[in-house]
Formats: sequence, structure tokens, C-alpha cells
Amino acid sequence: MSFPLPTAPALALSNVTVTFVAQGGGSTYTAVRDTTLIVGEGEFVSVVGPTGCGKSTLLNIAAGLLESSAGSVRVQGEPLAGINRHAGYMFQSDALLPWLSALGNVELGLKYRGVEPGAAREQAMAWLARVGLSGHAGRYPHQLSGGMKKRVALAQMLILDPKILLMDEPFSALDIQTRQLMENELLELWSADRKSVVFITHDLEEAIALSDRVVVLSAGPAAHPMGDYVIDLPRPRDVAEVRLTPRFVELHTGIWHTMKDEVLKGYAQSRQK
Amino acid sequence: MRKAAKSEARPGRGRLALYHALLLAGVFVFWYLMTEPLLWSEEAARRTAFFFGKPLMVLQQIWEWFAGGKIYEHLLITLIETLLAFAIGTLGGLGVGLWLALSPLASALADPYIKASNAMPRVILAPIFAVWFGLGIVSKVALGFTLVFFIVFFNVYQGVKEVSPVVLNNARMLGANSRQLLRTVYLPSAMSWVFSSLHTSVGMAFVGAVVGEYLGSARGVGYLILQAEGTFDINTVFAGILVLTAFALALDTVVTAVENRLLVWRPAQGETEPL
Repeated sequence: MSFPLPTAPALALSNVTVTFVAQGGGSTYTAVRDTTLIVGEGEFVSVVGPTGCGKSTLLNIAAGLLESSAGSVRVQGEPLAGINRHAGYMFQSDALLPWLSALGNVELGLKYRGVEPGAAREQAMAWLARVGLSGHAGRYPHQLSGGMKKRVALAQMLILDPKILLMDEPFSALDIQTRQLMENELLELWSADRKSVVFITHDLEEAIALSDRVVVLSAGPAAHPMGDYVIDLPRPRDVAEVRLTPRFVELHTGIWHTMKDEVLKGYAQSRQK
Repeated sequence: MRKAAKSEARPGRGRLALYHALLLAGVFVFWYLMTEPLLWSEEAARRTAFFFGKPLMVLQQIWEWFAGGKIYEHLLITLIETLLAFAIGTLGGLGVGLWLALSPLASALADPYIKASNAMPRVILAPIFAVWFGLGIVSKVALGFTLVFFIVFFNVYQGVKEVSPVVLNNARMLGANSRQLLRTVYLPSAMSWVFSSLHTSVGMAFVGAVVGEYLGSARGVGYLILQAEGTFDINTVFAGILVLTAFALALDTVVTAVENRLLVWRPAQGETEPL
């Protein structure tokens, strides 16, 4: 097993269970139970599920930020220990370092790796240009709009050329127009070199429009996958236009049928609390 | 629209400075009137002057100090004591704060002692420091240090504890090792808290220096005040207080300038820059 097969998936979570213990012991909470998620090389997989079902927990496991209570995580065939060095992570909330300018944030990863400052700056400027922010290099995060911050975060992640992209509802805080623009930009950047993507969202339409495959999680606690759908819409796609095609509607209806009960369950649980 | 509303609520900058000056002048005129036999009897004015001094005599004393050059060596000593206490206290607070915030074991061990030494009225240490370090600069710096250290320490500790976990995880995912995390995440976050406490801590360093001088010294503005008080020279005492106040204001202005320069990344309260 120490020789990874050439066909080893980019990311493989096998029978992962995550149980949190409340501080001081006593009550436990199982966020994710017995979950298997395989992401192939160059595949764009979305994970959808009702709010609070442990989607982010799953992503943190894949990133190596969190250790699973049971099960295994393999990255390109190798068991994961510590931080996943092959992965870039885009967070749901603002994760830019507020004391660094847009340029400082983008070049940060290169600096951590000991890239020579001049070269790091040059690459960072090129990436800022790619996400359309050349004119804002010197601005601090608080001076940027929500969409601009997401672009900086995208450049910050992509500059390190990670093999796997982990994205945790990255665009959920944006208004719908900005969001579709960002989704198209993401697809364009992704199609350039086909990285493997795990995209977490609660928005089924977003998931279908972007992905090759959609995995539906059940409502928490003890969430687990309950549906796995291949999205056979042709690429390249425009996220706004693809929503109007009959095949999209068909897929959406099919997946929503499975999801609906879980969403209602999650809603009922959140009301009980 | 918003600009108009703003100028209605608060006078412009030049205007405000004028009002400030008028208010100060008003206080001095009131002080003058109360201590001269103009509004009330000579006896009452004399008594008031005994307790509060006479403004003209106070100003004259200040003028003599500065024109005669007598004040400079005392001011210099007080300034050196303040800056040393401030610098050493800030560095000490920063170092210990970072260490304890990042090491749960050390923090748990030190916790009751930190609380106890912070609760203790530390000015009372001044006589002990005078015994240990003599009547020179060192005992004043030591007193100022104990005052500054805890302010900075608690702010750094808080700053490190309040680092956003998302920002921290982001830096870790970008490949930061623990030293890089310290330099690029913990330290800048702690520094923003330290800077917001600088106004308090520079004031405390000043308190340490002056109180130390007042309790026993041969030089410094606190010493001048002590000497004057010994001879019931109330005018000189007030002159000393005025000089100290002006001096403290100047220090505060310097801190504000440094703060504005180093914390450009922080959004100003209640206003964001339009793009």
C-alpha cells in the first residue's frame, strides 16, 4: 500500500466519524458519522446539506485542521498527517490577515515557503491582475468590498498552486450578482488546470451549476451522505445561463426530492433548540 | 448630506481650537478674579490665593524656569525615567504576555500570582525600590515598570487569545510554521491591543517617574514640586503641575502619531474610506 497507484484519488475520506466531547467531559456530539467521500483527480465535487449538518467539519478533516475520531483520510494515496500540504482552503468568513495589504495577503504563502521577496511580489502582482485587482494592491482588507476580499482570498489560495481546493461556502456572504460573477471566475480559473475541488454549499443550484458531482448530506447530528449525483451538464458553463436549461431543472428536481425531507428535519431541529 | 449634518453637530477644526483656547483663558480669568481683591474682600482673596496660588505668579515661575534654564535638567531626568519605564515595561509585558498566552501550562501556573500582583497597590513599592536601588533613576524606572508592565501584559494576553481562529487556520493552511505564525499572526494581533493601551501605559510610566521623585530624589520635576511644598510655595507647586500636564499632553500626542502610523490597517471607528 505504500506505493500509491497511479489512479489513486486526489482525496479519499473513508468511514470518517467525528465526535466532539463537551469541555469537562460528559456529553458528546457526533457531527459526522461513517462518511466516505472520494474525490477523483481534477474532479469538482460539491457537498450540499441543510445548515448545521457538519459540512464544514468534513472539510476541516480533509484539510487536516481537525482529526477524525475514526476512519482514515488519504491524499493522493498517502495517509494524511497534520495539515494537508496539497490543499488550499477558502473560508466562509473573512480569513484575510487584516494587518496585511491585498498584496501582502496574496504573497503570504510564498513568503512562508521562503520564496525570495522580489519573486514573491512579482507573482503576487500577477495573481492580483488575474483576479482583476491590480489597482488595489496596496489596500487593506477593510478598504475592500466583499467581492474584492473573496478575490484576494482566491488569489491567496491559488498562488501556491495546490492540487486540491477546499472551499467552504466561499461566496455565501455575497449578493447574488457578485456571487454569479465569482462562480464564473472560479470555473474559468479551475478549467485552466483542472484541480480537484471540494465545494461546500447549502445552495443546491450553486452546487449543480459548478460541479461534476453533487453529494447530499443528511441533517445533523451524525450526518452522513445520502445521495451521490453525477452532473452531466456540458462545460464550459455559464452559471447564470445553465440554470435555465431543461437538464438542469431535471437534475435539480431529482436531487431536491431527496434533500427536502432532510432540510425539513434540520429546520425542525433548529427550532427545537 | 452627511457632511452637512456632521458640521452641524460639531464645529470645524479651527473653530474647535479657538473654543479650546477660549475655555482655557476663561479658567485662568476666573482663577485670577478669585485670587485678586476685585470681586470680594482682600481677606477672602488672600485665603484663596494661599490654597490655589496666583495665576500670574504661577506663569511667572514657569517663565523663570524656562528662561533661566533651571527646569531643563529636571525635565530631562523625568523624561528619561518615563521613557525607560515605558520601553522596558512594554517589552517585558509583550514578551511575558506572548509566552503565557501561547503556553497553557505556564499560564495556568502563573494565573493566581499575576492576579495578585496586579491587584496589589503597586505605588506602595516605591519606598522598597528606593531602598533597593537608591534615590537615583533606577528606583523610579522600577516603579514605572511595575505600572506599565501589567497594562501591556494584559493587553497582549487578550490580543493573542482573541486572534480570529479563521485567520489562524488560514495562515496554517498557507503553510506557516509556528515561528511564522507568531510573527505574522499573533504579534500583529497583540500589537493592535498594545497600541490601544499605549495612552494608558505612557501615562502610567509618567506617574511612576513623578511619584518616585516625589517620594525621594535629588532631581526631577517631582523633586521640584516636593521642595516647593516644603516651603508652602503653592505657586511653584502649581507651576510644576502645569509643566507636567503640558509634558504629558506632548507625550500623548507623540503616541497618537505613532499609533496612526503603525495601525493604518485598522478601520477607523465608525468611518470607512470610500473606494
